[in-house]
Amino acid sequence: MVDFFERLGALTLSVLARLGLATLFFGAVFARMAQGAKRGALLVREIHFAGVRSLAIILVSGLFVGMVLAVQGYEVLQRFGSADALGSLVALSLVRELGPVVAALLFAGRAGSAVTAEIGLMRATEQLAAMDMMAVDPISRVIVPRFMAALVSLPILAVIFSSAGVIGAYLVGVELIGIDAGAFWSQMRASVDFRLDVLNGLFKALVFGVAVGLISVFEGYHAAPTAEGVSSATTRTVVISSLSVLTLDFILTVLMFRGLN
Amino acid sequence: MSHPVDAPLIELKNVRFGYGERVVLDGLDLTVPRGQILAVMGGSGNGKTSLLGLLGGRNIAWSGSVRVEGQDVGGLDGSSLYALRRRMGMLFQFGALFTDLSVFDNIAFPYREQTNLPETVIRDLVLMKLEAVGLRGAAASMPSQLSGGMARRVALARAIALDPMLMLYDEPFTGLDPISAGIIGRLIRRLNDAFGMTSLIVTHDVNETLRIADRIVLVSDGRIVRDITPQEVRASDDLFIRQFADGLPDGPVPFHYPAPAYAQQLLGGAVGGGGAHG
Repeated sequence: MVDFFERLGALTLSVLARLGLATLFFGAVFARMAQGAKRGALLVREIHFAGVRSLAIILVSGLFVGMVLAVQGYEVLQRFGSADALGSLVALSLVRELGPVVAALLFAGRAGSAVTAEIGLMRATEQLAAMDMMAVDPISRVIVPRFMAALVSLPILAVIFSSAGVIGAYLVGVELIGIDAGAFWSQMRASVDFRLDVLNGLFKALVFGVAVGLISVFEGYHAAPTAEGVSSATTRTVVISSLSVLTLDFILTVLMFRGLN
Repeated sequence: MSHPVDAPLIELKNVRFGYGERVVLDGLDLTVPRGQILAVMGGSGNGKTSLLGLLGGRNIAWSGSVRVEGQDVGGLDGSSLYALRRRMGMLFQFGALFTDLSVFDNIAFPYREQTNLPETVIRDLVLMKLEAVGLRGAAASMPSQLSGGMARRVALARAIALDPMLMLYDEPFTGLDPISAGIIGRLIRRLNDAFGMTSLIVTHDVNETLRIADRIVLVSDGRIVRDITPQEVRASDDLFIRQFADGLPDGPVPFHYPAPAYAQQLLGGAVGGGGAHG
């Protein structure tokens, strides 16, 4: 029994210590954002690695999610004779929820894990220490550009995901099932509100970008300098990012959409 | 600089340092005059690398003072510490080259970060440093294409890019074949003398050290136990010095990590190797 409480206490202390470490680290990252933003070439490079190279998986996933939504949505809607509303169902699901959330989950798996592994290996091979000894701050040189790349890329990827989804739904709903194209598009235009749906969706993606970006760079920067340390840091990035995205999505959805109807 | 030229470049007084509860350096005193190559030797885990950390300001002493060029390294704020580090070079154990940059860009890195020199000047400087380590022909290679010895030489060229007054070497010979180790050793000596630097080498390699160092200190139990010249090492019949110089497994430094009596542990069936859990 004493053993149990001892372990519980040790676990609580280690979680608190890690949270404290993370808070200090996030403070250091935010304090250097202005310096990091001046390194335009580095930022462009990181956006290329994190954002542009995620395009394929985002486009293909978006397309398939849209096609599945169209099939499932049509099944339900046509029971109530409102198959014409497919366009608005698909667009709202994508723009409000699936676009930001699924793009963020894919981004954490594709780019976040890569960032963690890269920074973790830079640490293990003393590249960060070497930089520090050359009087170059590793946080502004290595961490900030990668964090900002996530911040910039994820909202754009979410928009691309939603667009690909709408195209997928169009292909299945209109071209395959035979819903009227005019109804599909006009229903969509009538129901999607720019501020309420599109901007809120973009804001969600931005928040997810902050979360996934911070978690990826933090886990990499504090990875144990061993093969095992880097591998478990990479796993933690994907797990913690995914859970954070889903939790944040719930909180944001409640704040944004509760009591609207 | 207000620091007099004839004063020692490095002065450590009664330094205590460790990690968590483990004390690594305990009452260490060390003075290094300008221009000297000092080798710090001692068994693994004896705080030699921590010493480099203290000099570079990456570790902060628990007590005592660490002075480089008269400045208290532990007491410097961020920008003063970076100003001091710009005058120091450090060669890491495995080079620590930036794996995403070519050899050329690795050496250009300190110039691009710390100076406003035009690219044409940087190009010439980089080629000069590469020439100094004999690798001008490898400028376009990526670090992953280099052998261990070549990577170490590129890292050395990068470390001396800004013509430091003090060079710190962390195990510069580890993992190198004898020829590469010899090349690195000769480079260390030549660069030190040509550029008027002071060098501190943490190493296990007795042969290379005896060849290039002006002075050797042996560290044991967190303090300096011998302070001698290479000639004295060769001539000495001190058991401790002989154990190091000849690589004898047992002597004043025991082969066995402290453990309970062997027979007792085998018969007693304890698994964990004794110590705290025994």
